[in-house]
Amino acid sequence: MSVTVITKENFQSEVLDSKEPVLVDFWATWCGPCKMLTPLVHQVADEAQGFKVGSIDVDEQPELAEQFGVMSIPTLIVFENGKAVRQSIGFIPKDRILALVKG
Amino acid sequence: MADADVIIVGAGTAGLTAAIYVQRAGKKALVFEEAVYGGQIVNTPDIENYPGIAHISGYEFATGLYNQATELGAEVRFEKVLSIENEGAEKRVKTTGGEYTARAVILATGAKNRALGLPREKELTGRGISYCATCDGAFFRGKEVAVNGGGNTALEDAAYLANGCSKVYVIHRRDQFRGDAKEADALRAKPNVEFILNSTVTALFGEKKLEGIEVTNKVTGEKRTLPVAALFVAIGQEPDNAPFANVAALDGKGYIEAGEDCRTETEGIYTAGDCRTKEVRQLTTAAADGAVAAMAACGRLN
Repeated sequence: MSVTVITKENFQSEVLDSKEPVLVDFWATWCGPCKMLTPLVHQVADEAQGFKVGSIDVDEQPELAEQFGVMSIPTLIVFENGKAVRQSIGFIPKDRILALVKG
Repeated sequence: MADADVIIVGAGTAGLTAAIYVQRAGKKALVFEEAVYGGQIVNTPDIENYPGIAHISGYEFATGLYNQATELGAEVRFEKVLSIENEGAEKRVKTTGGEYTARAVILATGAKNRALGLPREKELTGRGISYCATCDGAFFRGKEVAVNGGGNTALEDAAYLANGCSKVYVIHRRDQFRGDAKEADALRAKPNVEFILNSTVTALFGEKKLEGIEVTNKVTGEKRTLPVAALFVAIGQEPDNAPFANVAALDGKGYIEAGEDCRTETEGIYTAGDCRTKEVRQLTTAAADGAVAAMAACGRLN
């Protein structure tokens, strides 16, 4: 599966109402470590089974960043049943992204 | 059978340069990194002092190094190195992922931002406490923030933040700045910057995110609470070599004692980059060390 671009318009339907867990990547174009993490997030999305992957550009969606207390990027947040359940700040390798999703 | 010819601890500029030289010498390099490849340079927006490259971002530089090393056959594993045992011809390296052996080890652990050492600092990092203004400053537009430190990094951070934040407190333990005097004067002229000198940060407030800090004047003892949303810590760098003190002598500040030949006190263990005792810590000197250490290590293998 590909990575869904999340905005405040589709956040409810794509993330909060999702029946599957959702891994969300908060990033920005000017953030170096985000550019290192993004290809790994895309790999995880391509191979994802039983969960979805979304990405939020914090410059375009400052309300969502603020709502979830994102103050440093990259930040990964896993949502389950409409709730943010796990979070990781900074670059992490692929196996730790997968571990974050599985909990 | 050893896992690699040379194990390199740290995938920053020194470590990845060493990996490139090891692979090009026809040997096998195994690199361990506990955080992000590229090291400190990753967060630098613009590099303009690397010879032959007029302008490049830290991310592009780091990724170029990483790709060059891995395409040459170096292996990078994201594991933290816990200890190194010198068993003569072989060195045994324990990591969070397992145990590995090699005939030579290069310590390229770099340096990290010095922490304040205050309670709750770790929990609030990324939630208002930051060590990189250009990385995290954008999240605090229109808010009150503080910068702690008196060197060039602190002054540059304050100048950057003053453009978007409603108020920037600059907290420094002395009454004079170590950093550039012009930069300090330019800051002093900004209406939204306030200097708090002879003072240190003594407490952090906030449950889920930083909501304020306590600042204590070291001369008068006066305490003041600042309702800041962010504190940018810029009080210098420090090495993290304590786990390797059994194989490499450290100086009083924790840097690995070695000269320009990058040899530690232990045969077959070398050091490269910012973690070594040296005068100048730059990308170019890190790369130079990486080459010197790799060639010394490969020389030993032959």
